[in-house]
Amino acid sequence: MSQTTTYLAKHVKELKPSGIRRFFDLAAGMKGVISLGVGEPDFVTSWNLREAAITSLEQGYTSYTANAGLIELREEIAGYMQKQFSVSYHPESEIIVTVGASQAIDIAFRAILNPGDEVIIVEPCFVSYAPLVTMAGGVPIHVQTLKENDFKILPSQLEEVITERTKAIMLCSPNNPTGTMLNKAELEKMAELAVRHDLLVLSDEIYAELVYDEPYTSLASIEGMRERTILLNGFSKGFAMTGWRLGFVCAPEDITQGMLKIHQYAIMCASTMAQYAGLEGLKNGRENVEEMRKSYRQRRNFIVQSLNDMGLTCHNPGGAFYAFPSIESTGLTSEEFAEQLLKAEKVAVVPGNAFGGSGEGHIRCSYATSLAQLQEAMKRIKRFIENL
Amino acid sequence: MKLTSTEIEIAEILEKNARLSNEDIAKMTNLSLEETDKIVKKLEEHNIVVRYVSLVDWSKIEGHEGVTAMIDVKVTPKRDVGFDAVAERIYRFKEVKSVYLMSGTYDLSVVIEGKSMNEVARFVSNKLSTIESVISTTTHFILKKYKHDGTIYESDDEDRRIVVSP
Ligand SMILES: Cc1ncc(COP(=O)(O)O)c(C=O)c1O
Repeated sequence: MSQTTTYLAKHVKELKPSGIRRFFDLAAGMKGVISLGVGEPDFVTSWNLREAAITSLEQGYTSYTANAGLIELREEIAGYMQKQFSVSYHPESEIIVTVGASQAIDIAFRAILNPGDEVIIVEPCFVSYAPLVTMAGGVPIHVQTLKENDFKILPSQLEEVITERTKAIMLCSPNNPTGTMLNKAELEKMAELAVRHDLLVLSDEIYAELVYDEPYTSLASIEGMRERTILLNGFSKGFAMTGWRLGFVCAPEDITQGMLKIHQYAIMCASTMAQYAGLEGLKNGRENVEEMRKSYRQRRNFIVQSLNDMGLTCHNPGGAFYAFPSIESTGLTSEEFAEQLLKAEKVAVVPGNAFGGSGEGHIRCSYATSLAQLQEAMKRIKRFIENL
Repeated sequence: MKLTSTEIEIAEILEKNARLSNEDIAKMTNLSLEETDKIVKKLEEHNIVVRYVSLVDWSKIEGHEGVTAMIDVKVTPKRDVGFDAVAERIYRFKEVKSVYLMSGTYDLSVVIEGKSMNEVARFVSNKLSTIESVISTTTHFILKKYKHDGTIYESDDEDRRIVVSP
């Protein structure tokens, strides 16, 4: 056999490439594009964090750290989780510093899934959940949140798909791409259901710092949930540190120790200099996070109102930095809309169906871009729909 | 004077970008246009928003580069009116861009802009040091402005992010 693809494992061959990839290829070659397609902050990491990393290099901190991460950092994370989210984790045994939340999601699935175990994936959602479940030998079961409910998952929708093979539910609040946040009462309903069916919940709380209206509640802080929650978080969004690849996962000791085995064989430890930057962020980064949050909130308000004003109806997203307007009034599919908008007006958005079935009929507009760019993008989108 | 958090937020927004329309500010703060108009007016009337200015980098315009000097001024305060009267005599000159009362080894910090070093030097020797209460002056010329009022002049704010990401 001469074709190299034949060396590939069957389950990898069958893995679908991300729908976002195609859009990237379309937009990347064009000049003068205003991108609302970016899933990361427009802020550069605050200088004191960058400076802390530089200092760590100057001092020669260039070796591996403990597998689970610098103990000072884990202690700061424990304090941060307690203070910010009212959940307590033991820094020695219940926290692992990871290569972004991405790697935390990966080791979490690999640690808990037996072949054939089902994981309920609440869509529209971040694109990596389902593929990572598959790679870990599990079976993703997709459930669609609906526009009518502002993309909030209802317990009854989960009830319908729970089987005896269901091992876990994957939740993300505030959500990418819908921006929807579940409040305390809604999380309590999730908790009741998880306890009743004895399910684990993977709670992706990477956008927890970026909430604008209601106070944030961590799922793990709800009674009965700490022992069945794997809490995924990181520095990418709240601290504007995407390129550093720094995240963490908190879970009860037995699960954490299971994840740590995978982590130590596959990764060893997260980047040392990134860990020093993260440490500075937790110690002295509060003010900067608040400033960024304020700026996102203003831009959120601006974009949501502008989109609604031009007839692209959009629920008010409580967190993250995405607006998820409906484009159904235009009669186009989300891919047609995104592609034609890019060609006609050079504005890049991501078609909603890239994030799951019920994303169809919507587009994801990231507002993590300067107000001036947002103003121009809104003008162009308005012109685009007027000319349809 | 005590302001609401929304009023403060609008002052902050205007301080960053005075050219935003009240329509846009209304959208950003989730207020109606009327409410926004009212707050902006209030800020102006109370001299909280003192003036709308642009930060111009004159060093880029040929023939208008100019020079800026920061002058440490020691003075003997006048009976009854203290430093304020001396400061006033100084800040009324149009060449003087800022005057601050300082703690430490000198009293007034005076910022002067002129067309040339000669012009500034002339101002210091003819106008400033001749004021009766001025004991001494130390003039520092600014060689290059890197950052001014929170703005970095030559900041490289290129967007390095990939155009579409999950
Ligand atoms: C919901 C969600 N989870 C996780 C991630 C991954 O973040 P990290 O950079 O920490 O790997 C992202 C990034 O876009 C995200 O949107």
